[in-house]
Amino acid sequence: MSRTFFITSSPHVNDGDSIFRIMWSVVGALLPATLWGFYLFGMPAVRVTLITVAAAVISEAVANKMRGRADTTLDGSAVLTGLLLALNLPPSAPWWLCIFGGAAAILLGKQVFGGLGHNPFNPALVARVLLLVSFPAFMTNWAVEAGYLADAVSSATVLGEAKTFLMTPALGALPNVNYLDLFIGFRAGCIGEVSTLLLLAGGAYLYWRRIITIDIPLAFIATVFVVTTAAWGFAPDKYLNPMAHLMTGGLMIGALFMATDMVTSPLNTKGRWIFGFGCGLLTAIIRLWGGYPEGVSFSILLMNACVPLIDRYTKPRKFGFVAPAKGGE
Amino acid sequence: MGKHLFMGGIHPPDEKKRTAQLPVEVAPLPERIFLPVSQHIGAPAKTAVKKGDKVLKGQVVATASGFVSVPIHSSTSGIVKSVGPYHHPMGAKQLAIEIEVDGEDLAAEPMAPIADPLNADPNVIKSRILEAGIVGMGGATFPTHVKLSPPPESPIDAVILNGVECEPFLTADHRLMLERGDDIMCGLKLILNIFGLERGFIGIEKNKPDAIAEMARFATQRGWCDIRGLEVRYPQGAEKQLIHAILGRDVPSGALPMAVGTVVQNVATAVAIWEAVTQGKPLIERVATVTGDGVNEPKNLLIRTGMTLEHLVTQAGGLTDDCQKVIMGGPMMGMAQHTLEVPATKGTSGVLCLPASQVRATGHRDCISCGRCVSACPMGLSPTTIFNLIDKDKVAEADEWSALDCIECGSCSYVCPAWIPLVQYIRYAKGRVMARRRELKG
Ligand code: SF4
Ligand code: SF4
Repeated sequence: MSRTFFITSSPHVNDGDSIFRIMWSVVGALLPATLWGFYLFGMPAVRVTLITVAAAVISEAVANKMRGRADTTLDGSAVLTGLLLALNLPPSAPWWLCIFGGAAAILLGKQVFGGLGHNPFNPALVARVLLLVSFPAFMTNWAVEAGYLADAVSSATVLGEAKTFLMTPALGALPNVNYLDLFIGFRAGCIGEVSTLLLLAGGAYLYWRRIITIDIPLAFIATVFVVTTAAWGFAPDKYLNPMAHLMTGGLMIGALFMATDMVTSPLNTKGRWIFGFGCGLLTAIIRLWGGYPEGVSFSILLMNACVPLIDRYTKPRKFGFVAPAKGGE
Repeated sequence: MGKHLFMGGIHPPDEKKRTAQLPVEVAPLPERIFLPVSQHIGAPAKTAVKKGDKVLKGQVVATASGFVSVPIHSSTSGIVKSVGPYHHPMGAKQLAIEIEVDGEDLAAEPMAPIADPLNADPNVIKSRILEAGIVGMGGATFPTHVKLSPPPESPIDAVILNGVECEPFLTADHRLMLERGDDIMCGLKLILNIFGLERGFIGIEKNKPDAIAEMARFATQRGWCDIRGLEVRYPQGAEKQLIHAILGRDVPSGALPMAVGTVVQNVATAVAIWEAVTQGKPLIERVATVTGDGVNEPKNLLIRTGMTLEHLVTQAGGLTDDCQKVIMGGPMMGMAQHTLEVPATKGTSGVLCLPASQVRATGHRDCISCGRCVSACPMGLSPTTIFNLIDKDKVAEADEWSALDCIECGSCSYVCPAWIPLVQYIRYAKGRVMARRRELKG
């Protein structure tokens, strides 16, 4: 019998996971929040999401063709990037903004660096911040024209009102918030960021699937909580209640789905705690004292930039590094 | 119970059900055997026979050629057909002695059994271990007499027998513990005597409760050791991790277990030592598991050294039609073989046959920095970093990131979602780092 066998280096088995499974699992984990956004904001939200995802996927396909690389169009990462960007857009975003954003996310956020794995910044956030500085008016138009929320709520966000009051107290008041509404997600905002409950559920699923670790989200959210509690405790008539901070803006989607992006977060736990803490601190500082009402995107991008440094200084502790304990037992 | 947990590690499915309950069967003699002169780490043995010679079972066919070397014995009787390059489990062809088996299985005059072995002079025991050609049978195949002769500046105060068998699929040591418990115990006692110690340890993963119970029975009877049931986590059976788990001692980076006063031997090695001392039997036989969904009837076999894989898989009902990969050893650290003509050696603990459906695809994506390899590494390394550095030819930095500390356990590749063959890259990095260090010295 002369058969030929397959030769590869050990190990000869693996745990069966793949980039494909990871990316599509994250997409799946975002679905409840996405559908909630569709329900709240109606057809415009559906349109924004579809156009953005399509723009991202098509850009990925084109980039692969141009670079002569293996086809990664449907590995889930482009869909995920498009979806994350869409969920961070207001439902009123015009179609051209979606196309521009989706293409920018893939091309400027990822492919210029060499594709998945080489991008230092989260691609969806790169695009979002680009849109935010280029088209601030479109990016902060919270008007809701359709869906469950049509005309039901004020078109300003909680964070926006709080910031206005903070800057010029004469122009408003601290918003009155209903925490249950915030938790379930009856509020204006970006398409996918509004339901704390559904985002937490998605995050829990990813944690259970071991796709995300607890370190980044926990450090991120806890830091925001601690800092905003301190500010609020100091001047409750001036600053927003910390619970409102946790459940408004993009904190949940940012901490659970964007800061945890594998490619752009540190390699090991110690680094990830530092990273999460940095994200939280920057977010709180921007929200409380910065010029923008919201700071999640900026914070994560800034911390993305620190990842190589963090990785360098949080080398894992090597086995056998400590002097041996003679005598044992 | 083992009380110290090592860092990292993985939990692959243990896949041992196929053979864990099957008693060891004696593999019949083949028509031909091939004895590589290199079945151990160190200098290959020197051929002592030539074409046409008649050899007997247990006869020395190649002699030790230095301190870190051991003799090779014929595993049955027959005529030497050829001495020349032949397939070797490590890949490239190596010198081997081909013997046409006569089927009589006539034994040479055995080495004299050592009287009153448990009170014998340690040096007599050690030279018998060398004469019998005994090497570490857990897969490392390091000459046992060398391991048992540490320099005086490294006094040994702990001996551990390794019954962990953490490689998925393999059940050879498991069966040995169930069937040869007292011989293992006695072999351990001989090792303890060499160091003048009273008690040793046997470490066994908790997924083998029957083996733990059986060994505990003998431990109580004999009173020579403590049995430690260890957490089921790969690579629990790696030397450094095992010492950590049982003694809480960390072998320093770059050092050997003797640096922390410890000697680790495999349970199969203990049996071989006992047989060599009491029966004068050289290491020509061992238990190996022939398993996987690529063979029809997985089995635990008592094999002779030099039997080809072809012969072994035939005993296990032959390969299935869809078998696509044959591995000598386990799935995590074993070597894939390109032909069944490869002979089993002293280090062959198993033959794993995988059908096409279970063969990992090759071709990988770029690293997505998920960090899973970092969490999985039992040595606390950053496999992705070493991979990235060596990919860019940065040998000095790969050295700084401790490439040499890698024990090639495969945990990192196992968890990598980008399917990067990290171990292969790190093995390459180790070679480059060592070459560079030699250059700097010379
Ligand atoms: S780097 Fe080496 S020691 Fe660490 S997991 Fe990979 S193979 Fe094992
Ligand atoms: S497991 Fe693979 S993809 Fe993840 S960091 Fe390590 S090398 Fe990169």
